[in-house]
Amino acid sequence: MRKALLSTLAIVIALIWVFPVYWMVSSSFIPTIQLQSFIPTFFPAPATISNYVGTLADGSFVSALGMSLAITLTVVFFCIIFAFLAAVAISRFRFRGRTSFVIAVLVVQMLPAEGLFIAQYKMVSSVGLLDSVIGVSVIYIAAVVPFTIWMLRGFVAGVPADLEEAAMVDGLSRFGAFMRITFPLLAPGLVASGVYAFLQAWNEFTVALVLLPSESAHTLPLWLRGFVQASATRETDWGQVMAASTLVAVPVIIFFLIVQGRLTSGLVSGAVKG
Amino acid sequence: MSAITSETARRRTIRAPYLLLIPAIAILLLGLGYPVIWQIVTSLQQYGLAQQFGKPAPFVGLDNYAALASNADLWWVVLRSLLFCIVTALLTLAVGSLLALLMAAVSKAAKVILQIALLLAWAMPVVAAMTVWIWLFDRRRGVVNYLLDMIPGVEMNRFDWLAQPSTFFLVASIIVIWMSVPFVAFSIYAGLTQVSDEVLEAAQLDGANGWQRFWFIIAPMIRPVIAIVLLLQLIWDLRVFTQITMLKDAGSKSGDFDLLGTYVYQLGTSAQNFGMASAVSILVLAITIALSWFYIRSLLKEDAA
Repeated sequence: MRKALLSTLAIVIALIWVFPVYWMVSSSFIPTIQLQSFIPTFFPAPATISNYVGTLADGSFVSALGMSLAITLTVVFFCIIFAFLAAVAISRFRFRGRTSFVIAVLVVQMLPAEGLFIAQYKMVSSVGLLDSVIGVSVIYIAAVVPFTIWMLRGFVAGVPADLEEAAMVDGLSRFGAFMRITFPLLAPGLVASGVYAFLQAWNEFTVALVLLPSESAHTLPLWLRGFVQASATRETDWGQVMAASTLVAVPVIIFFLIVQGRLTSGLVSGAVKG
Repeated sequence: MSAITSETARRRTIRAPYLLLIPAIAILLLGLGYPVIWQIVTSLQQYGLAQQFGKPAPFVGLDNYAALASNADLWWVVLRSLLFCIVTALLTLAVGSLLALLMAAVSKAAKVILQIALLLAWAMPVVAAMTVWIWLFDRRRGVVNYLLDMIPGVEMNRFDWLAQPSTFFLVASIIVIWMSVPFVAFSIYAGLTQVSDEVLEAAQLDGANGWQRFWFIIAPMIRPVIAIVLLLQLIWDLRVFTQITMLKDAGSKSGDFDLLGTYVYQLGTSAQNFGMASAVSILVLAITIALSWFYIRSLLKEDAA
């Protein structure tokens, strides 16, 4: 009886929590005229895709999508390589300066963009890289690499060095043993860190706002904000804003569900394991 | 002969880790190291509009910091940011813990439904989440005012939530809590599942009631998780630049609605006062690092294990 009551409560809370997500998707399929009524429409009964057509009409979405993809792929590519090499160094070798490096990585991953964007703006603008993929990517890689190193370090350490040594006894070089034995076992870790880097770069707003001032260089989050601002000058077309938000959110939600478990355990594993 | 080869091999293995670290260190120095140093130097200079146009920036020592210390505006922003951060983080922790306990107490189906709902909220990109919430709180067509109007005796009169600081920060806090609770709930739930059933049963046999089992067995075991999660929330709730910027877009541009992030942005962009902006940024970094230290120590403990 008590369990049934609590279960009902849990479902009610679940519905409240998911409501904003539902509201975004649902409203994106409701015709504008219906959304302008003062009585909310809770279900997209006559569904329409006109909001999506309107949102995509001026081509700015495609331009922002292109910019987001270019930046995100650059960040994921370099981030994985840099983090992988560093993770191998700190989990396979004991060397002077290792602890300092680990501490440095943990400290810099906490540095907030809010405390650095003025300096990053000056740096990037002084070399003429505002509005470029390179400028913002460098800042993103530096911001994402520390946590990626930390995540991958666990995976590299999880592959027993004995396996590698056995392969070396069987005649492979150290590098060969690493590539043939350890690397394939690391694939899930590389995917997880890649998705993490993807999510960070794809969703980032603060640094992009500062480093990509021109509208033609806007990424999807900036485009979405600009879209809201533009529609705020007239009567806000919430149908189109919700369609735009859904377009930005869907790929993120899918990717997020893939890595969720690893993210939680990566952030608090020290505490759970004691 | 063989001694020489093993000697070179050893030296190579000692050099290997440093070579492997070069790319990561290089990008960190470029993307974070240089800006931090530039910021420290600039915070000691007079760096305003004239310097933007090439005039050399004179060193003024700690003048910027002295100006900040006597700047009442800034102290209000700092106070507001800390208050917002502490209240929001504590509420997030409270709601998250309750949901974690709920997950452990309900039927499997209800648990899965709750977890899926939380995951979806967690996965929402901040900017997209902000647009939905701004609409939910819209004064004319927002669902919040509509539902509150349905309560007998409540007349919202198209209440504008974003027009005064008190309700503005209430809305901001609700949104941040909505976004952050999933992480807290999942982390604490993971901690709860580590508590062994046998111990709980043994305590029950010894006559401990539900409250005692919670207070003497479960609470001490999940205390480290709670400490870490609270710390991360405090750090994350200091960096709510995106949320405040978007809410200001929809509401008012006035400085009364600024928190530290948006305040620095104003100093740097509108006022073009980079010296002061750098000094405030250093303050933000210092607060964050001070808060982070305990968290970093706990992660290092794991690294040593």
